[in-house]
Amino acid sequence: MSPSGIKTEKLAGWNRPPVIESDGEGELLEVAMGPHHPSTHGVFRMDVVLDGERVIKLKPVFGYLHRNHEQLGERQSYLASMPYTDRLDYFCSLTNNWAYALAVEKLVGQEVPERAEYLRVILAELTRIQNHASTIGFLLQEMGASGTPLMYAFREREKILDLFESLTGSRMMCNYMRFGGCRVDASPAWLEATRKVVAGLPAFVDEFERFLMTNEILMARCQGIGVLKPDLAVNAGISGPMLRATGVNYDIRKVDHYGIYDRFKFRVPLGDHGDIYDRYMVRMLEMRESILILNQALKDLPAGPVMDPKAKIRNFRPKAGESYGRIEAPKGELGFYLISDGGPNPYRYRVRPPSFINLTVLEDMCLGSNVADVVLIFGSVDIVLGEVDR
Amino acid sequence: MKSVEEIKAAIEAAVPGAVVKVILNPAPNAQHSLLIDAPHAVAVAEFLRDDDELALDFLSNVTGVDFLDKEIAEKVKVTRQVPKEVDGVQQMVDETVEETRKRVEPGYLEAVYHLFSVSKKHGPVIIRMRTANRTDLVELPSLTPIWRSAEFQEREVFDLFGIVFTGHPDLRRILMWDEFKDHPMRRDYVEPDDYEYEPTAHDDVLKRAQAHKAKVSAGEVSQ
Amino acid sequence: MLGDGILKGLAETAKNFAGSFVSKERMTTVEYPEERLPLPEAARNFPFLVYDGDDWEKGLRCVACQICEKECPPKCIYIEKSKDKKPDYVGKPQIYPAKFDIDISVCMSCQICVEVCPFEAIKMNTEFELATDDRFGGLLLDRKELARSNEYYHQIHPTEASEVDARLAEEKAKVEAKAKAAAEAAAAKAAAPPAAAAPATPIAKPAAPVEARPATAAKAAEVAKAPAAATAPVAPKPVPGTGSDGAASMTPEDKKAAETPAKTNEGEPKAQGEPKE
Ligand code: SF4
Ligand code: SF4
Repeated sequence: MSPSGIKTEKLAGWNRPPVIESDGEGELLEVAMGPHHPSTHGVFRMDVVLDGERVIKLKPVFGYLHRNHEQLGERQSYLASMPYTDRLDYFCSLTNNWAYALAVEKLVGQEVPERAEYLRVILAELTRIQNHASTIGFLLQEMGASGTPLMYAFREREKILDLFESLTGSRMMCNYMRFGGCRVDASPAWLEATRKVVAGLPAFVDEFERFLMTNEILMARCQGIGVLKPDLAVNAGISGPMLRATGVNYDIRKVDHYGIYDRFKFRVPLGDHGDIYDRYMVRMLEMRESILILNQALKDLPAGPVMDPKAKIRNFRPKAGESYGRIEAPKGELGFYLISDGGPNPYRYRVRPPSFINLTVLEDMCLGSNVADVVLIFGSVDIVLGEVDR
Repeated sequence: MKSVEEIKAAIEAAVPGAVVKVILNPAPNAQHSLLIDAPHAVAVAEFLRDDDELALDFLSNVTGVDFLDKEIAEKVKVTRQVPKEVDGVQQMVDETVEETRKRVEPGYLEAVYHLFSVSKKHGPVIIRMRTANRTDLVELPSLTPIWRSAEFQEREVFDLFGIVFTGHPDLRRILMWDEFKDHPMRRDYVEPDDYEYEPTAHDDVLKRAQAHKAKVSAGEVSQ
Repeated sequence: MLGDGILKGLAETAKNFAGSFVSKERMTTVEYPEERLPLPEAARNFPFLVYDGDDWEKGLRCVACQICEKECPPKCIYIEKSKDKKPDYVGKPQIYPAKFDIDISVCMSCQICVEVCPFEAIKMNTEFELATDDRFGGLLLDRKELARSNEYYHQIHPTEASEVDARLAEEKAKVEAKAKAAAEAAAAKAAAPPAAAAPATPIAKPAAPVEARPATAAKAAEVAKAPAAATAPVAPKPVPGTGSDGAASMTPEDKKAAETPAKTNEGEPKAQGEPKE
């Protein structure tokens, strides 16, 4: 049964991209958008067939940043993969760390101390805020608002990155979480600085909203464009804000309650139309919910160790078995699938990258729209090529 | 949610002829999986998606796993007739000896699917399919018609592991370039000799550097 | 009203634009080479080797156990063990690295070498102006270029460094106490036969060791206090071997790795250049 309650039809190909007829006037034009298109967030190519301004076919081409991350993971110890996960989605290294740590902890049944769980939540929500803010900034950038909104987002992101740096030592490649806790403890000074930054965030979101939400250009270019239907979204494995923008209530923080997310009160923002504007709004509202979670977590943060003293750092050899751990990363469901054969390296190390799978429906969303909108639709998916190509 | 055994029973009741095997996972998370036979896989998948109780409408993760051919040495007791002299008469007598026999268990490629339910909010249910061997019989039915999210992921498995998914609408390489020949995630994949001078070479890197030097001195490669 | 949203947006921008002239907090530009932002204490860039005392070569804490070499994910550390031994911080003779190179063009600043080192010998530096036009010479740091004094370590990571110092002092005290106990036991043994011969004066027996005790005991108490005063340790660390040789805290596997003869580097001449300074 589909989430909208309609029994999905039989295998009639309802989940395939529609076929768009050309209007028969003039010639079709094949364009390779990318790999160095300024909007492509890295190196990504779309082979587009255009009928005038209209897109009638679109095939994404991947692999420009492929470095076989999964094989790297199979060739080295469990711990040594941790810094490499930072480089998957380099905007959100802390959530990547968490997903990987979670998968390994599930594999060996490792417990995590309270304080470490709270720190993980704080860092993950800070990551979510900076990711969503810059995604919105990039989206506006692609719309032609060159610089200003992006710089506003980056101004805030900078404060959060400074927090990351003073806790983990690095702004983006944090390498902070370990199997069974976190690497270092947060000092009272750091917590104080975090409280200050978090206290300033609502004003930033307000400001952002004030000058974007009712902006006519934004509305004209986003509303009704790149619509995704909830049935197709679920069937195509879409996750994260993109799935929730279609109205499907599925947030892994609420479903799996991984970590300690069942202790916090927050709401899951849902969209209605599944268009670009809804995706933008869902991200905006998620930032507000993240601030709520942050306030609760910073208030309740208990004292204690940040690392299970029994956890092993070196010579870590899980018993044979497999595990799939997933979290709600800012971009969607980030999963790690590990198979252990008892050795020091994983037998199989697989990353389920949300950006990559969210691109499955890129063609469906773009077909029939103008070529200028393709850039916007693509931007609203929110991808990072480090994760797509791995 | 139903346990794996119950799901197995439900599948067998709904899809006549389907062979389902439970594969236990010894890890503490107890994520057991179901091995589905390839001929009935599409029907089973459709049942899993459309069944009102399971409603596994969300295919989260598709991946491949490579298991190499295993050489198994086992001791077998064999009874043979041996000529022997008994009481001065040449006779054939039964004698039991132990022999070590080597047998090659063919490896296989495995496709693993992690299913969740968005409407019922449960999961994961893990299904797997296995190919007959690693060389020529590497076809599995594609589940893309059932779950669209398999589209790119099955392409990736095809690209990196070489499982051919029949019924996939667009089975091309996805991460490697089209002219690439091998499947780089297979465990017996041999890397190309793309040697680069490295000042701190040791362990594997040193081995590769030495292999490269040997090739250069043998005149096989130029640099 | 049409244009309403755009006007609102422009007003917001104008407010920020004007504000940046008056509010000090919004003047964010720093004239970099002349002016520098302070680095946070936890900042990390590339590893360095800590030495105690004045002589960098004598004072290196590293005992060439090669654990970091093994654990470094991109394998950018290269170590050759020495043939002879020199005393380490507790006075035990240890081998030392005859060669210790880190290729910082490969290093990804992950800090795993620091985490796994059981001897507090390798730490993260915060220097970042390392650009050079010589890829193999300039970015391949040898042990001389890597060596930094403990004072320098205190300067860049004060909290962490004092924790480390406290930990090391504690170990040193333990080792000394142990040596002391051993000496006492030996002394007691030596004293035992005469004591047995003269059971009438049992108190006189341990007199000599007791006399020697006060000074060291006070010292031990002093250093034992230090770790308690410091904040909680950063992360659980494998405690280094407290007595015997350098391989004391290693697992059998590491021991094996550590015992394999020093690997020969590939034949190519190492474009290392003369050590700077
Ligand atoms: S782990 Fe520490 S002591 Fe051992 S070789 Fe590395 S730096 Fe030296
Ligand atoms: S910081 Fe990481 S990459 Fe650099 S030398 Fe240490 S372990 Fe290796």
